[in-house]
Amino acid sequence: MVYYISIALIGVGIYGLISQKNLFKHLVSLSIIDTGVNIFLISIGYVEGKEAPIYSMFTLTANFVDPLPQALVLTAIVIGIGILALGAVLVVRVKEKYGTLNVEEMKDVRR
Amino acid sequence: MRKFLSMLLALGVALALIKMIESIPAYGKVDLSKRVSEKYISKSVNAFKEEVVYKKSRDLEEGSANVVTSIVVNYRGFDTLGEVTVLFISAFGVGLVFSGLKRKGYGRKPNFILRTAVGVVFPLIILFGVYIFVHGHLTPGGGFPGGTILSIGILLLYLSSEEYELSERSKVLEGTSGSLFVIIGLLGIALSGAFLTNFLSTGTIGNLLSAGIVPIIYIVIGFKVGAELSTIVADLHKEG
Repeated sequence: MVYYISIALIGVGIYGLISQKNLFKHLVSLSIIDTGVNIFLISIGYVEGKEAPIYSMFTLTANFVDPLPQALVLTAIVIGIGILALGAVLVVRVKEKYGTLNVEEMKDVRR
Repeated sequence: MRKFLSMLLALGVALALIKMIESIPAYGKVDLSKRVSEKYISKSVNAFKEEVVYKKSRDLEEGSANVVTSIVVNYRGFDTLGEVTVLFISAFGVGLVFSGLKRKGYGRKPNFILRTAVGVVFPLIILFGVYIFVHGHLTPGGGFPGGTILSIGILLLYLSSEEYELSERSKVLEGTSGSLFVIIGLLGIALSGAFLTNFLSTGTIGNLLSAGIVPIIYIVIGFKVGAELSTIVADLHKEG
């Protein structure tokens, strides 16, 4: 079930990326695809009835879900934040220069 | 027409993905003994396999209680160095776009409650962030969430005062912690023969002073990520 939720998120993101003309909405769509992929990767590592992969006073010996996808998603989240920050800044600059975020209206503005 | 076509394309991609997931194990029905993660959990990538018991096992191959931390910082430490570099480049790019601009105000005086409360809450936020990344090898968390919490404190300072500007010393902190990460890696070459090798004793699993270089690297990463994200917060408050 979780697999289908993440695929639905990826589909929504791709739809938004193609159908919308606003650059900010492109950024939001990229963010949604990112979330979908992360949920999918985490759910691959889930094992029923097992605990979070940390040795603690509640799990003295190993009884863990797969820690490797979680470590990879940690990397993916950080890089996603970097891309989002850089993209948002560029969108602000485009708005300052052209006065619009619509890619079609941008063609008509004199440079 | 454009909406219809993009709907069609999105549906096509979703159908292809649904077809693909038929070949992977069903949700929650994974056999971990067939995956490489089994070796990470039992800490037996190089050493012999023996059962790891919390607060009892000593001198393991890799001594952090949080298995995700052990993968991120120890087994895949080089990958994390690249990840930190990506974050640095993105912070650098944000700074480049907004270089030489003045701070923008919100146009009105911040609320009295906010101005008074920030003096109480800000040290607690910093303390919590530092706690998160010092205990990165024992509890959920680590350098990346801890650093993000530090930058939230800086964001609160920005919201509570029209005049506040981040000091240039944050860039010094960022550069220092970034070079410390590389220096720890080079010490690994000098002492054990490979980049980012754990050259300290790993101690008893679950103790605060355990896992060798893992907590040191996570503290360094925490300061670096905190400084980078604070710089991004500061740059987003500028205007031309």
